[in-house]
Amino acid sequence: MAEFIAYLIAGLATGAIYALAAIGFTLVWQTSQTINFAQGEFVMLPAILILALVKLAGAPFWLAAVLGVALFIALFGWGFKITIVDPMIRHGVLPLAIATMALAIIMKEGAKDGFSAEAQSFPSLLPAQTLSFMGISISLQHIAIIVVACVAIGGLQWFVTRTRTGRQMQAAAQNPGVALILGIPVARMVMLTFLINAGLAALASVLISPIYLAKFSNGEVIGLFAFIAAIVGGFNQVRGALAGGLIVGVIDSLAAAYVSTSYRLAVPLVLLVIIILVKPEGLFGRKEERRV
Amino acid sequence: MSDIPSFTGNVPSPARSFWRRTDGVLITLLVAAVLLWFVPAGMGRYGTYVLSLWLVTAIAVMGLNLTLGLAGLKSLAQAAFMGIGAYATALLTTKGGMGWLPAFAISGLLTFAVGLVLGFPALRVKAHYLAFVTLAFSTLIWLVLRNEQWLTGGVFGLSNIPRPTLFGMKLDGHLAFHRFVVVVTLILALALWWLIRSPWGRAFLALRENPVRAASLGINIRNYTLLAFAIGSAYAGFAGALYAPLVEFIDPSPFALSASFFLLLMVVAGGSGYQLGPFIGALLGVVLPEYLRVTGGLYLILFAAIVVALLIACPQGIMGLLERGWTAIRRRPAGRNLPVKESAL
Repeated sequence: MAEFIAYLIAGLATGAIYALAAIGFTLVWQTSQTINFAQGEFVMLPAILILALVKLAGAPFWLAAVLGVALFIALFGWGFKITIVDPMIRHGVLPLAIATMALAIIMKEGAKDGFSAEAQSFPSLLPAQTLSFMGISISLQHIAIIVVACVAIGGLQWFVTRTRTGRQMQAAAQNPGVALILGIPVARMVMLTFLINAGLAALASVLISPIYLAKFSNGEVIGLFAFIAAIVGGFNQVRGALAGGLIVGVIDSLAAAYVSTSYRLAVPLVLLVIIILVKPEGLFGRKEERRV
Repeated sequence: MSDIPSFTGNVPSPARSFWRRTDGVLITLLVAAVLLWFVPAGMGRYGTYVLSLWLVTAIAVMGLNLTLGLAGLKSLAQAAFMGIGAYATALLTTKGGMGWLPAFAISGLLTFAVGLVLGFPALRVKAHYLAFVTLAFSTLIWLVLRNEQWLTGGVFGLSNIPRPTLFGMKLDGHLAFHRFVVVVTLILALALWWLIRSPWGRAFLALRENPVRAASLGINIRNYTLLAFAIGSAYAGFAGALYAPLVEFIDPSPFALSASFFLLLMVVAGGSGYQLGPFIGALLGVVLPEYLRVTGGLYLILFAAIVVALLIACPQGIMGLLERGWTAIRRRPAGRNLPVKESAL
C-alpha cells in the first residue's frame, strides 16, 4: 500500500506535467485549428536552451532560466505563429499539421546537432529530499511539481473564466466571426493562446527535466502522452486536458510498476483505443456537431 | 475514361489536370524503369545501393501518398508498417526457410490486415484521430521490435537476410538485385496507377474533393478511407519486404516514429496526390543526402526546412511547382498572339 501511494504520487507529478502540455495543445487547437505535432519538442527545447545559455554563454543558472524561457516564448510562441501558422492556415489544417511535424524534426535535430546528443542533468529548482510519513516515502520534488502545476493551471482557469481578456479569448475560440463583430481583437487573442502555450511548455520543461534529464529525444514520449491526455480528456476543455494528463500520468506510473517497465508506453495506448471506441468525445468533452 | 469525374465539380485541383495527363504518368514510369535498368551499370556497389534504396523508399511513400494525397488521412506509422514488412520477410526467409515471394506476399497481407484493424476504430470517429492512433501504434511497434529479443534480436537486429532467388535466378549481386527492385517497383507503381483510374480510385478522389457530396452519391466514406489506409499500409509492407534483403541487416532504428514523419514529409515535398510525386520526394529524402554528405547531420534539418518553405509557397510540392511552370510556359506563346489589352486580363 505504501508503495502504491508512492507510485500514485509520482504518477500525479508526471501527469501534471503532461497536463500542462496537453492544455497548451488544446488551447492552440481551439483558437486556430492547429494540431501541433511538435508539442513534445516544445517541452523538450526550453531546458536545452537554458543549458545552452549556461554552457555557451556562461550565464548563471537563474539568468539563463529567465532568458531561456523568454527566448523560447518569443521564438516558439510569437515566431511560430508568425512564420508557420499564419502563412499556412489558409491552405487548411492538413498542410499545417505536416509543417508542425517538419518543425518537430528541425527542433529535435537542432537540439542534437547544436547542443548535445547526450542526456544532460538539469538542476532542480525544487527540493530533492524525500519525506517519510507513516511508512510512505514521498519525494518532495513530486509534491512540489504537483503544487506548481496546479497553481499554474488554476491561474490559467481563473484567467480564462474570470477576467475580461480571458473571456474574450474564449469568445474568439468559440466563434471568431461573432467575436470580431462584438469588437474583440480576435487576432490578438489567438496570438495570446500561442504565447500561453509556449509559456506552459516552458514551465513543463523546467519541471520535468530534473527528473528525466534534458535530452533531444524526450519530445517523442512527452508529445505522445500529451496527445493521449488531450484526447482522453476531451480535446476541447482545459479541465478535460488536466484530468486526461493526470489519468495518463498515473496509469503510466502504475503500469511501469506493476505491468512491465519495457511496455509501460503500451498501456496508455490501450487506454487511447478504449476511449476512442467507447467514448470518442473524451471523458469531459461535448459531442461535436458535424459541420458541412 | 479520361473524363473528369463529375463530382469534383468546378473546384480547381491539382488532381484535375493530373487526370488529363495520366498517360504521361504511364509513359514516364515505363521510360524511367528502362533507364533505371541500365543506369547503374557503371556506378559501383554503393551508387547502385543508393538507387535501390531510393526505389524501395519510393514504394513506401507511394502507399502513404494514397493515404494522405488521395484519402486525406495522416498516417504516422508508415515506417512502422515498413518495419513489420521487413521483420516478417527477414524472419520468414531466415528462420522460416521460406522463399522471398511468399514472404513478400505475407508481408503485404499482414500490413493490410493490421491497417484494417488499426484504422477501424479511429476512422469510426474522426479522420484526424487516425494520426494519434498511428502515432501510438508506431511507438508500440518500436517497443516490440526492441524488447522481444527472442524474435527480433532486439537492438542487435537480424542479420544475414538472404537475397531472393526467383525462377532459378540468384539475385545476389548488387546489379541483379537492383534490376529486381526496378521490376517490383514498376509493378507496384502500375498497380497503383490502375487502381487510381478504376472506379475505386475515382471514389477515393471524390472523397478527398468533397466528402459530403461523395457520401450523398452513395459512397461509403468510412469503408473507402479505411481501404485507402490499408492499401497504403500494405505498400509499406511491400517496401519493407524489399528493404530487408537490400540491406541484409535490420534493426529497429529505421522504423522509429521520426522515420514515419520523414516519409510523410517526402510525400509533401514530392507533391501529395501526384502519382510521380513519391519518386521525387524519395529522391530528395534519400538520394540527395548522399551527395550532400558535407552538411553532415544538418541535412535532416535542411530537408525539413525546405518542406516548410514549400508548404508555405506551394503546398502541392515539387510536382505542383513543375506543373505551374509547365502551364506558364504553354500559355506564353498563346498570349503573344492576343492583343495587349486581352493578354493583360
